[in-house]
Amino acid sequence: MTCVLAATIPDAITFVIAAAICVLGALGVVLARNPVHSALMLVMTLFGVAVLFVEEDAQFLAAVQVIVYAGAIVVLFLFVIMLLGVDQKEAIQRDPLPAQRPVAICVGILGLVEVLLLARGRWPSGARSVSGAIGSPGDNVGLIGRSIFTTYLLAFEVTSALLVVAVVGAVVLARRPRRALGQNGAPTGEPGDSEPGDSEPGDSEPGGGGPGDSEPGGGGPVDDLADLEVTGP
Amino acid sequence: MSVSASWYLTLAAVLFTIGAIGLLIRRNVLVMFMCVELMLNAANLTFVTFARRLNDIAGQTAVFFVLVVAAAEVVVGLGIIVSIYRRRPGATADDVHGMKG
Repeated sequence: MTCVLAATIPDAITFVIAAAICVLGALGVVLARNPVHSALMLVMTLFGVAVLFVEEDAQFLAAVQVIVYAGAIVVLFLFVIMLLGVDQKEAIQRDPLPAQRPVAICVGILGLVEVLLLARGRWPSGARSVSGAIGSPGDNVGLIGRSIFTTYLLAFEVTSALLVVAVVGAVVLARRPRRALGQNGAPTGEPGDSEPGDSEPGDSEPGGGGPGDSEPGGGGPVDDLADLEVTGP
Repeated sequence: MSVSASWYLTLAAVLFTIGAIGLLIRRNVLVMFMCVELMLNAANLTFVTFARRLNDIAGQTAVFFVLVVAAAEVVVGLGIIVSIYRRRPGATADDVHGMKG
């Protein structure tokens, strides 16, 4: 407590409130049964961390934290929760490893106590101001920008490649595979029908008319909808 | 004078521990993913604290890169989760053992 009291009163109050918000939000993420509540508690923690960033003179990162994390990532989480309809309670009853939860909690707390005991009083160590001091002239955004575009330029460029790979991977993962669709959607074996949504009237395939390929009620409306989703554009 | 770095680092350790415990005890894949985000945020807080304490801007730059990696990770991870749920609705982490030997 003496360390907190060594600070000025507004700083100490800000830290205590933000830390309480962070810890409560983190506990809420873990303990909430509903994934939607977990996501909202995650927003709470992220805002608390953003306040702590401001408190530590990292204004740019605080803004990015709110915009990217709370504005994009959590919204993405919520979209997935809503789209998948997984906002029901978790089935705690059928637990394949009953002893895992207490053991996990004990191991986690043990690790925390170890870290706190081992590093007591000797937290920061190492060289100071190697790649640019925070107190050098210029605002926070300028300092980070200069650091990114000079010292860490290669890492920044690699980051762009990483983002491209992530976008391509997301598209590949999210699109419905065409082969699995053929197994599900067309139970009647038509070997020449590789593209079921192709409803051109002049279709000269033997054994079936153009609109007759996808419309007869073998698959039902759900399969037709799946066909339309894949081969629409 | 602001709050000393030890308190920030203690808070970061607590946040990381909560995230790790949540990752271990939860079965819902989405909540496990959120716990990973918690751990990333704890690491970010540590970076910023060391940046202030050691008076080095590189800590904040590292947080910037962590944010980018976290965004990419969320995109790919949610894509995987969506494809898992599409195959078997209501799956938990224990149901996804297709790659077990």
